[in-house]
Amino acid sequence: MTLPVLQVRNLSHDFGGLRAVRGYNLEIGSGQIRGLIGPNGAGKTTIFNLITGIYKPSEGEIFLGGKKIDGLPPHRIASLGVSRTFQNLLLWRHMTVLEHVKMARYSKIRYGWLGAFFGTSARHREEAGIEETALHLLDRMGIRHLADQVVLNLPYGAQRRVEIARALATEPGILLLDEPTAGMNPEELAQIMEIIRRVHGEFGMSILLIEHRMKVVMELCETVQTLDFGAVIAEGTPGEIQNNPRVIDAYLGRERAE
Amino acid sequence: MAGNLWKPYSRVPLLGWFFGALVAVTLERLAGAPLAQFLGLQKIPVLFGFSDMLKTPVSIPNVLLYLLAVYVVPAAAVTRLGASPANGIAAALYRFPMAVTAAVHLALLYAVLHVWAGASDYRVLVLRLTLIAVMLTLSLNVINGYMGEFSCSHPGFMALGAYCASVLTIGLFVDAELFGAASLSPALGRFLFPVALVLGGLLASFGGLFVAIPSFRTRGDYLAIISLAFLFIVKSLIENLEFVRGPRGLSGQPDWADLPTVFLWTVLCVWSVNNFVRSTIGKALNAVRDNEMAADAMTVDTRKTKIAAFLFGAFWAGVAGGLFAHVMRYVNPGNFGIQNLAEVLAMVYFGGLNSVYGSIVGAVSISLLGEALRPLEIFKWIIIPLLLILVMIFRPTGLIAFRDLDVASLLKPKANPGEGG
Ligand SMILES: Nc1ncnc2c1ncn2[C@@H]1O[C@H](COP(=O)(O)OP(=O)(O)OP(=O)(O)O)[C@@H](O)[C@H]1O
Ligand SMILES: [Mg+2]
Repeated sequence: MTLPVLQVRNLSHDFGGLRAVRGYNLEIGSGQIRGLIGPNGAGKTTIFNLITGIYKPSEGEIFLGGKKIDGLPPHRIASLGVSRTFQNLLLWRHMTVLEHVKMARYSKIRYGWLGAFFGTSARHREEAGIEETALHLLDRMGIRHLADQVVLNLPYGAQRRVEIARALATEPGILLLDEPTAGMNPEELAQIMEIIRRVHGEFGMSILLIEHRMKVVMELCETVQTLDFGAVIAEGTPGEIQNNPRVIDAYLGRERAE
Repeated sequence: MAGNLWKPYSRVPLLGWFFGALVAVTLERLAGAPLAQFLGLQKIPVLFGFSDMLKTPVSIPNVLLYLLAVYVVPAAAVTRLGASPANGIAAALYRFPMAVTAAVHLALLYAVLHVWAGASDYRVLVLRLTLIAVMLTLSLNVINGYMGEFSCSHPGFMALGAYCASVLTIGLFVDAELFGAASLSPALGRFLFPVALVLGGLLASFGGLFVAIPSFRTRGDYLAIISLAFLFIVKSLIENLEFVRGPRGLSGQPDWADLPTVFLWTVLCVWSVNNFVRSTIGKALNAVRDNEMAADAMTVDTRKTKIAAFLFGAFWAGVAGGLFAHVMRYVNPGNFGIQNLAEVLAMVYFGGLNSVYGSIVGAVSISLLGEALRPLEIFKWIIIPLLLILVMIFRPTGLIAFRDLDVASLLKPKANPGEGG
């Protein structure tokens, strides 16, 4: 059996006295889409922040392709191949769409500081290559026509796409999507699902998806974990999860009650 | 109407404006003095007549007449009539490598400045100080604008550069009593002056580390305070260093920072800053400013980025300081205090954050305004802040903020040579 792309073992995290994640395990193989659901405050985003190195885990280990990555700084983890989007859209307000995607090529840049200060021909060649890659990605995401727009002026759906294009530009081995459909209307929702499918199909990307809408999870994910109070309370295919009484009690029931 | 008058000018390439300006300043050199005499002015208005008009308001019409006759009308006429030949030349130049095209433009710009400043020593001095202000403003913009930290340590970096370069040039090339006999021939100094400036810049960069490292963990107000503390530490360090004569200051720097030297260093500074901020590595400054967490998640090494911004900004502040010391040929710790900080900050925020154009406009306008309003003495310090407040109200990020300087499109011909005119 091949090595899993991402392996998380017995991960726990405390915020002061609050244990936000407890004993979390995960194994994602190449090209799998896994779902992560759970009520508000269950600890889903915290798990992403732990995997991407924003927080250092209180306990547990994380391996990327067999290499231990917990404890590394976030930009190292990202350049090793873990990319993500953010629940609340963290874009760079003064930068254009194209600049966003180019920026994510940062760790691949070879021309160095001297190239940056003195504009060597190696730099111009490399920047041209970066631009080409970036435009190609924008094309795939259907936002090439927005390349020179400042992100602040874009509609919400387009901003989500920029985030996904940017995340892909790092050439990740695994993509973590944190509620990519939050706040979207049905039309935007259909488009973003199509994009996720395409990313999965064309790039053969492994994806870990946090999602609130059962419809999205049902359609996209192979298996789903349900989190409540930081712990996994159920794991299985979307169909199994939907009928699991603990899940209904902890999550679906609560949602219906809202 | 005004639109129609302006229309032909929208097709003038940068080169055409330079030709117009060159004709105007040459005219002033040839006919300025007799014209001034004819108009009953004591001498030619040195800085566009501002101070003359403020001192003796009755001379206002004559000064304006002088400005029209010497600058505005000739420049406007030449620029307009010369638009199509200028476009032709610009188009021919544009086919050369960009370095050649840029060099020709810079040579022409220098010629304009040289001829204009040649009319009086005062102009040469003001011009050199203005160019140094451009370097300072731009280098501060790298930190405060492009990276969005509020750093107050700039005069400190400048002081490090000024003192380092001065100690080297005075110590090695001038027979100053303080440092003993000069060990190297002054003839050599001309060539080693750039080395002294670069070493001054590197010392300033080293100082930059002391602000860059705290910036890993703090932002905003706290970093502003840390950087301000750095400024005071540098100042009191120099005040207490007897071998640079403490508060009495250092004098006798050789006269090596002439106009061409300062001009060249300014060009180098603008060029390298513009290169930097337009590269993807340089855009990482913006990413760190706009959202550090996202920058990190997108593989940007945020610490390296912060260090680079501080060291690079401090380097140019240090070089500017070295030039300043050799223009004034005297520095003391008092040159590098809060007032200096306020001036540079004003230039950055007035001209515009995150913009090379903005820094140039800010530095030139505040420098010239400061000189022009000199006769008003204390009122100068009311007018400039008022202006700044107005800008902050109507354009909170400054006059020309968030604009890229694209050299290629700046130097492009504005119309095909055939159809121009
Ligand atoms: N930086 C932090 N400091 C302290 N507590 C935190 C921090 N971040 C999250 N928490 C807490 O940890 C718990 C898990 O939060 P998390 O954001 O991971 O939830 P989530 O499952 O993503 O919820 P949502 O569906 O609302 O996004 C919550 O109780 C939250 O208040
Ligand atoms: Mg969340």
